[in-house]
Amino acid sequence: MFHWLEKNPFFFAVGVFVVIAFAGLIEILPNFAEASRPVVGLKPYTVLELAGKEVYKKDNCIACHSQLIRPFKSETDRYGQVSLSGEYAYDRPFLWGSKRTGPDLHRVGNYRTTDWHENHMWDPTSVVPQSIMPAYKHMFTNIADIETAYAEAVTVKKVFHTPYGDEFKGTKEAWEAHKATVLAEAKLIAKDMKNKDVKDAVEAGNIPEIVALIAYLNRLK
Amino acid sequence: MQSNAALEYDYSVAKLFTYTTILFGVLGMLIGTLIASQMAFPELNYMLGEYGTFSRLRPMHTNIVIFGFTLSGVFATFYYVGQRVLKVSMAESKFLMTIGKIHFWLYFVGALVGVITLLMGYSQSKEYAQLEWPIDVVIVIVWLLWGLSIFGLIGIRREKTLYISMWYYIATFLGIAMLYLFNNMAVPTYFLTDGLGSFMHSVSMYSGTNDALVQWWWGHNAVAFVFTVPIIAMIYYFLPKESGQAIYSYKLSLLSFWGLMFVYLWAGSHHLLYSTVPDWMQTMGSVFSIVLILPSWGSAINMLLTMKGEWNQLTENPLIKFMVLASTFYMLSTLEGPIQAIKSVNAIAHFTDWIPGHVHDGVLGWVAFMIMAGLFHMAPRMFKREIYSKSLLETQFWLQTTAVVLYFTSMWIAGITQGMMWRAVDEYGNLMYSFIDTVAVLHPYYAIRALSGVLYLTGFLMFAYNMIKTMTASRELTQEPQFKSPMA
Repeated sequence: MFHWLEKNPFFFAVGVFVVIAFAGLIEILPNFAEASRPVVGLKPYTVLELAGKEVYKKDNCIACHSQLIRPFKSETDRYGQVSLSGEYAYDRPFLWGSKRTGPDLHRVGNYRTTDWHENHMWDPTSVVPQSIMPAYKHMFTNIADIETAYAEAVTVKKVFHTPYGDEFKGTKEAWEAHKATVLAEAKLIAKDMKNKDVKDAVEAGNIPEIVALIAYLNRLK
Repeated sequence: MQSNAALEYDYSVAKLFTYTTILFGVLGMLIGTLIASQMAFPELNYMLGEYGTFSRLRPMHTNIVIFGFTLSGVFATFYYVGQRVLKVSMAESKFLMTIGKIHFWLYFVGALVGVITLLMGYSQSKEYAQLEWPIDVVIVIVWLLWGLSIFGLIGIRREKTLYISMWYYIATFLGIAMLYLFNNMAVPTYFLTDGLGSFMHSVSMYSGTNDALVQWWWGHNAVAFVFTVPIIAMIYYFLPKESGQAIYSYKLSLLSFWGLMFVYLWAGSHHLLYSTVPDWMQTMGSVFSIVLILPSWGSAINMLLTMKGEWNQLTENPLIKFMVLASTFYMLSTLEGPIQAIKSVNAIAHFTDWIPGHVHDGVLGWVAFMIMAGLFHMAPRMFKREIYSKSLLETQFWLQTTAVVLYFTSMWIAGITQGMMWRAVDEYGNLMYSFIDTVAVLHPYYAIRALSGVLYLTGFLMFAYNMIKTMTASRELTQEPQFKSPMA
């Protein structure tokens, strides 16, 4: 049979494809619906939090930080309750990471504050003297892309029926109307911060990346 | 159709991809060395402002090395090996020649744009699948063009039986096509919202645990189908050609090929041990990872036995040395991987530096060694000149071998040290170390790893210099060498 296949490239290719596709079908499909079910009470990310998640992705925090607490006592002692599948139901993409150069962040909102994050992102060694994490000062001046975050919320509502309210519509008017809500949330974060430029920017209606990122990190509980 | 005159193969596309292999190799390894140094000396994060941090550069390193350096090497060797094992020249078909050239240019432009978007921070944040959807579309077209080249050449072949290398190239094409498409399924946000926000942005079709499964089904098998399958294609061609020895066993190559195809895809879930994916999937991942030793070692042993009775070539020909060491590192790496996939070992190894250690003994020792050996074998035949310097080749070999050994030993120690410290408890059951203690202790190992990066990069620059001199300044050959590549 193999000799025959080696002389018939088409059937050879079909054979290879069937053999490699097999595992995916059996491992991924059966659990698909089950794994996409949210835990009770899980709320979708607010637009500001989504924008913060974008900052998390843009500066690629997953290079060094995981969001997955494994079922070991040493991990639950250090980071909190074991991670559950349903907690990730609105994470597109998942952000578990694969390397902990820094600590896990899945429940960082339980034990770090806005103020701590502000100091830490400006200069990590000011709060953790031996830290090898770089400072992310550009997040204090770069403005977060709230509009794209809103577009993401509308898209996941339309395509995946993520439970966002009726006011989430894919129109310019709906977006303009929602802006005030996002800004109000940003002001709550900025109130607890001390950086003058950040406070001024938020007053002027622009939301720096750091504010969105902190909103996202505070949400991780 | 069979004529007795030797075919004049056309290497214009193979040459183009050879240049990008060198270019992306230098770039990818340069960034790799920089980010390794940043972990030992964090001040190095501030050389390029927002664009120079470890986190922003790391996906550039992985993408350039995987999809720049390695894929260029795969394409370069394919456009060389494909013609030869199918006994047909690219020059015979204007159509295939055009496809080959479009394949190259679209690939090159796509890769450059991809690198720039990563630098700017456009990212899906899925490992080895960071590129956003517009670039994904380009990549799919590039991939289809390569498929057209493969099956086009097969369509006009004179040698009816596909040689082993062709099996592996075909499998590379099919495997990546399937995995890449499914993993990158995403909905662009721009179109469903009447043009709100960024054109580049998209959301993954899968969420949470499902996304993790699909991603590591891809992530693991990108390793399979870029770092393993096409590299085996290379060694099956270049080792017998360079040594003048026939492949030891056809049956072993059959077993290894079909075994690898069947088993590899199952093992992806070993990246998700102790995560929220169901237990049975995790166990499947573990079990199949162990089984994977069989086909992996099958290929490697087949290669080593091909050299049976001819081990003296190891002392005479540095290219043989590269290839034999490559298959040895392949054996090491494919034993190490399954060990890490055992659940109790994974509990310590996961999230630590042992994982990058494992990746690099595979990629530096097996993939890059094999690609460089392949290109060195091709150079005298493509450019009709002998290899510029044998002594440079020897120096490069020892420098890079030292580098690989330093890399994986330092990362083994670092990984296991950190894994043990994370879980260490005192007599009352309290955690013994704060997280930062487990970072500070790694400094010497990070410094050794940075040094190993410098050594490997230096070796690669020697390779680049040797190749460029071979293309331009070396002694010309009047006829094609049969086996051993001539070198000065």
